[in-house]
Amino acid sequence: MRAWSARAAPALPTGAFGAARRPERSGSDDSLVPVRARDSDWEGVRLHVVTGKGGTGKTTVAGALALALASEGGRVLLMEVEGRQGIAQLFDCPPLPYGERKVAVAPGTPAAPGGDVYALAADPESALVEYLEMFYSLRHAGRTLTRLGIVDFATTIAPGLRDVLLTGKAAEATRRRKSGHHIYDAVVMDAPPTGRIGRFLNVASEVSGLAKMGPVRGHADTVQSVIRSPETAVHFVTVLEEMPVQETLDGIAELRGLAQGGLQLGAVMINMVHPTGLTDDQLAAAARGDLDRNELSVGLKSAGIENGTGAEGADVADALADELGEHATQVLGQREHRRMLTRAGQPCYNLPLITDRMDLAGLYRLAAALRDQGAA
Amino acid sequence: MSERTKAPPRLDADRLLDDPRTRIIVCCGSGGVGKTTTAAALGLRAAERGRHVVVLTVDPARRLAQSMGLSSLDNTPRPVPLAEAGAAAGGTLHAMMLDMKRTFDEIVEAHAEPGRSEQILANPFYQSLSSSFAGTQEYMAMEKLGQLRRSERWDLIVVDTPPSRSALDFLDAPQRLSRFLDGRLLKLLTAPTRTGGRAYLKVVNAGFSVITGILTKVLGAQMLRDVQTFIAALDTMFGGFRERADDTYRLLQTPGTAFLVIATPEPDALREASYFVERLSEDRMPLAGLVLNRVHRSPATQLSAARSLAAAEALVPAGAAAENAYSAGGNGGAGALADVTRYPLAVAALRLHAERMQLIASERRLAQGFTAAHPGVPVARVIAQPEDVHDLAGLRVIGESLSAD
Repeated sequence: MRAWSARAAPALPTGAFGAARRPERSGSDDSLVPVRARDSDWEGVRLHVVTGKGGTGKTTVAGALALALASEGGRVLLMEVEGRQGIAQLFDCPPLPYGERKVAVAPGTPAAPGGDVYALAADPESALVEYLEMFYSLRHAGRTLTRLGIVDFATTIAPGLRDVLLTGKAAEATRRRKSGHHIYDAVVMDAPPTGRIGRFLNVASEVSGLAKMGPVRGHADTVQSVIRSPETAVHFVTVLEEMPVQETLDGIAELRGLAQGGLQLGAVMINMVHPTGLTDDQLAAAARGDLDRNELSVGLKSAGIENGTGAEGADVADALADELGEHATQVLGQREHRRMLTRAGQPCYNLPLITDRMDLAGLYRLAAALRDQGAA
Repeated sequence: MSERTKAPPRLDADRLLDDPRTRIIVCCGSGGVGKTTTAAALGLRAAERGRHVVVLTVDPARRLAQSMGLSSLDNTPRPVPLAEAGAAAGGTLHAMMLDMKRTFDEIVEAHAEPGRSEQILANPFYQSLSSSFAGTQEYMAMEKLGQLRRSERWDLIVVDTPPSRSALDFLDAPQRLSRFLDGRLLKLLTAPTRTGGRAYLKVVNAGFSVITGILTKVLGAQMLRDVQTFIAALDTMFGGFRERADDTYRLLQTPGTAFLVIATPEPDALREASYFVERLSEDRMPLAGLVLNRVHRSPATQLSAARSLAAAEALVPAGAAAENAYSAGGNGGAGALADVTRYPLAVAALRLHAERMQLIASERRLAQGFTAAHPGVPVARVIAQPEDVHDLAGLRVIGESLSAD
């Protein structure tokens, strides 16, 4: 599929969503808006930006969110911008070209079949060529500029330009229409990591120092208007560990600073959540190292596991008590991290730890968890 | 370790740290695998074994500064006070965090023609370039590494690589810079601001006007002028810039440098690590080995996952299986367990142990996969800690784990 080609106007229209910012779920005159069974927390949001520290499962969660959003039908675009081909790995398909293609069908029921998830691996070079072709009819010039290294140049000396090309592509896909209807019901962007997200989304300011007027500035301003509209929300993926939690809190604070311009903070998606089998009292005791070892031994014996059966005669009950102690320390730490996240005041969703290799079944489970909690 | 796959050679961290020929250790790997913590732990251990160490970090994690007893890490190496026992070996530890903008400014001030530096520092393109993350951080990390090495103040520099979208970017920094500086584009852009005609101008002239025409249309005339001014201003110092980047690149190739690839036993991190190992070999960079971080162990390996699960099941009457759902509190099944078994603690312990054994098995498979692909790469394991590292004691535990494998 060719992007941007459906549009004829030489600039993205501003304020196209002006009046009806929060579309009514039913009774809308836009027949393509599916009548939904219930509200999600993000009604009206059409561009979901997903960020997170490296290693927290940002791409996986973005994929699960796309599936969740598509689960009542419709079409969702999942987009990556860092050239990692993370989506292809996630959905176990060949590397994605610069083009939108279907990678998955969302789970559904016979009565309400799931929608489609499309994917796009966006890169600044292709976005620039496309942009030039669309707005200036400069197809060959775009390729020449790429060959000459103009994009390499631009991203080297002014990464703001690179970001504006990528966010511009997301904004374009979000607002692309065909016969009056949005092509995509939602766009999910697997965005750069938390440490870079403020700068990445603050496109107009990043570019304003460079281009005080002219086409680049105009484009940046248009993109900014989409990013800073109620149509866009920025979600943070984290795990309950110190550094990712700290980065999430820093990222939220940074975006709040930028939010004066209307940037909408989304949810905190807590990934790899794992239940404990211990009560609060047991956790506290285990963390202190004074669990009731007698109770444990009796239980083990009752299950047919005798002490001293180990290779070196190790005491199984003691060993398991040590494991429980480590587990308790970890769980109590996680709870403290969760309290810190909750205090940030954004909705928090829990995503279960998937212990098997992440595949479509695992993604479906995560998507279901997101839907159950109102994320989609 | 299973006998089916040959165990990898052991990475002897202490031998590496104690060898006076080791002058630079570069920690690389994908994001979130513990590069910075590993770099700090290695630095501390080396210092406590008598070396004069500086740890250069590019990761602005405040906790790291705190863990080393520093209130802030700025662009200057700060002394980290060692405990008495550690200081007894006669070593010292410094730590610094890269401030890429300041590093860049200093280069400009030191190398630009007199009077030019203010002009460069004020240019909007320079400001964007010097303060943004992508790319510049890699150049400046290389630059700082070169500076530290040339200063000869330390006999060991431990550096972690930037948390870039690709962990390989920093290797490309010098070449990218060279390519960029030699590029036709740069010549085209700078041509009109140079005085005096040059031969190649005639050749490119026709193409040039087309290109500038397009650029003017796309970028706007003002922006193009700013770019040209910026490049012209930097032109005089580009040569030295590239030379130093190339020097640092070659320095990394010498035997005094040791690359450590850091990974966690997870598919993505190990895939990245494999890629990194291959890339280092292509670039003829000396790879010391793989540090496998956050590896799980169990004090009761004699009790298998299957037996443990079966035992847990035996304690829960059939039909009363407490299926734990993920829950906001994170202890969804706890209350339920007490309802269905007389031995909730034992059931919890057995299930937990089974999970851990499964995790250990899966981590082992992943590690074996890596070793099967790269049999010669030495590996050191760091045992997962239940708590995050907050202080030197925590770093010391990591260092001990690295060496004890």
